[in-house]
Amino acid sequence: MPLTPKDDTDWADMLVAVGARQDRVAFGQLFRHYAPRVKAFLIRTGLNPSAAEDCMQDVMVTVWRKAHLYDPARATVATWLFTIARNRKIDLIRKARRPEPEDLPWGPEPEPAQADALALQQDSRRLAEAVAELPAKQRDLVERAFYGDLSHSEIAAETGLPLGTIKSRIRLAIDRLRHAMQSDTPGNTAGLQTGRRG
Amino acid sequence: MSVTHPVGDDLLMGYAAGLLPAAHDLIVATAVSLDDDARARLSGFEAMGGALMEDADVAPLRDDSYENVMDRIMASAPEDTVEASVKTPRVDPVLPQPLREAIGSDLDDVRWRPVGMGVKQAILGGDEEGVARLLSIPAGQAMPDHGHTGTEYTLVLKGAFIDGAKRFARGDLEVADDEVSHMPVADLGETCICLVVTDAPLKFSGLVPKLAQKFLNI
Repeated sequence: MPLTPKDDTDWADMLVAVGARQDRVAFGQLFRHYAPRVKAFLIRTGLNPSAAEDCMQDVMVTVWRKAHLYDPARATVATWLFTIARNRKIDLIRKARRPEPEDLPWGPEPEPAQADALALQQDSRRLAEAVAELPAKQRDLVERAFYGDLSHSEIAAETGLPLGTIKSRIRLAIDRLRHAMQSDTPGNTAGLQTGRRG
Repeated sequence: MSVTHPVGDDLLMGYAAGLLPAAHDLIVATAVSLDDDARARLSGFEAMGGALMEDADVAPLRDDSYENVMDRIMASAPEDTVEASVKTPRVDPVLPQPLREAIGSDLDDVRWRPVGMGVKQAILGGDEEGVARLLSIPAGQAMPDHGHTGTEYTLVLKGAFIDGAKRFARGDLEVADDEVSHMPVADLGETCICLVVTDAPLKFSGLVPKLAQKFLNI
């Protein structure tokens, strides 16, 4: 068994290797780590295990085929995979391609700036740590809202909290995540932060 | 480009989580195409999705999972899937790409239907959870007060409209729930073109003709 890397940057390097030279060893490691997570995510958001397995396999084939489009300055591997899995699931359900925002006019840079990539990967690690460290109650609510397990009003019914409280708790949790990310980042990097609090 | 009335975090989070109806996906994707700040906020929510997935439980795979995937990968030529992202350079694209794709054409080719008083619409599609349409309102023309049963999202693509004390221009999104009775007026100067998404909870299929009727009668 090869060593299992733990760091976002390592995963990003591997995915880049898959895109640049069809690196099968790197793909195998990515598969072992992410395929079970993608499948769990798909089950969590409503697919039955069999459909989730098929959808996950589609996703992993897409990962191989589109690896050359992955830009470590724009997303972590987990985020990139998450968006592919989400879109694939919706396409399957709708039998039509999901609308996605227009790509930025300047497009992916031919040579992603190393500094940008590193900054984004570090921001994302802070976000992941912040997610892991959220108080249980807040994390639970964010997950439920995010995975669509329950609508806001259903969460209210289940927890006995009024709707306004639910919404402000979710907002609070999101704000905490943003603060956690901004706390030691001097500059604004790569789109993970926002100046606007809606 | 930044906007005055941006798309809200609730819609962006719904889009990131993949929980919105198709019509709402379309208006969010279009709004994000016109607003770099919204794009940044969307990236943040998607990063959150990635973080939750990374940190969540794992599901057991089928025994032949990896072999299956590798077989499929090896069955296709390595280079046949490289897709140059097709960018259509346009002098001044009124419709952002997701909208052009939904319509299958450019603004010039939209099949407008007159609905009275110079106002035109083109229904783009929808399901029981929401319907998306393009509206074209002549400069200075008021849209008669119209109630809605659900929430109405209006994204300006061209021109501008005034609603009460607020002005909405390209990239701005107005959200009006069923308690709002409003009377948007297209600003002077040019025709206002908007993407409008309405919730039509429960019984949309039977409502399609009624909605059309409602517009024909205004």
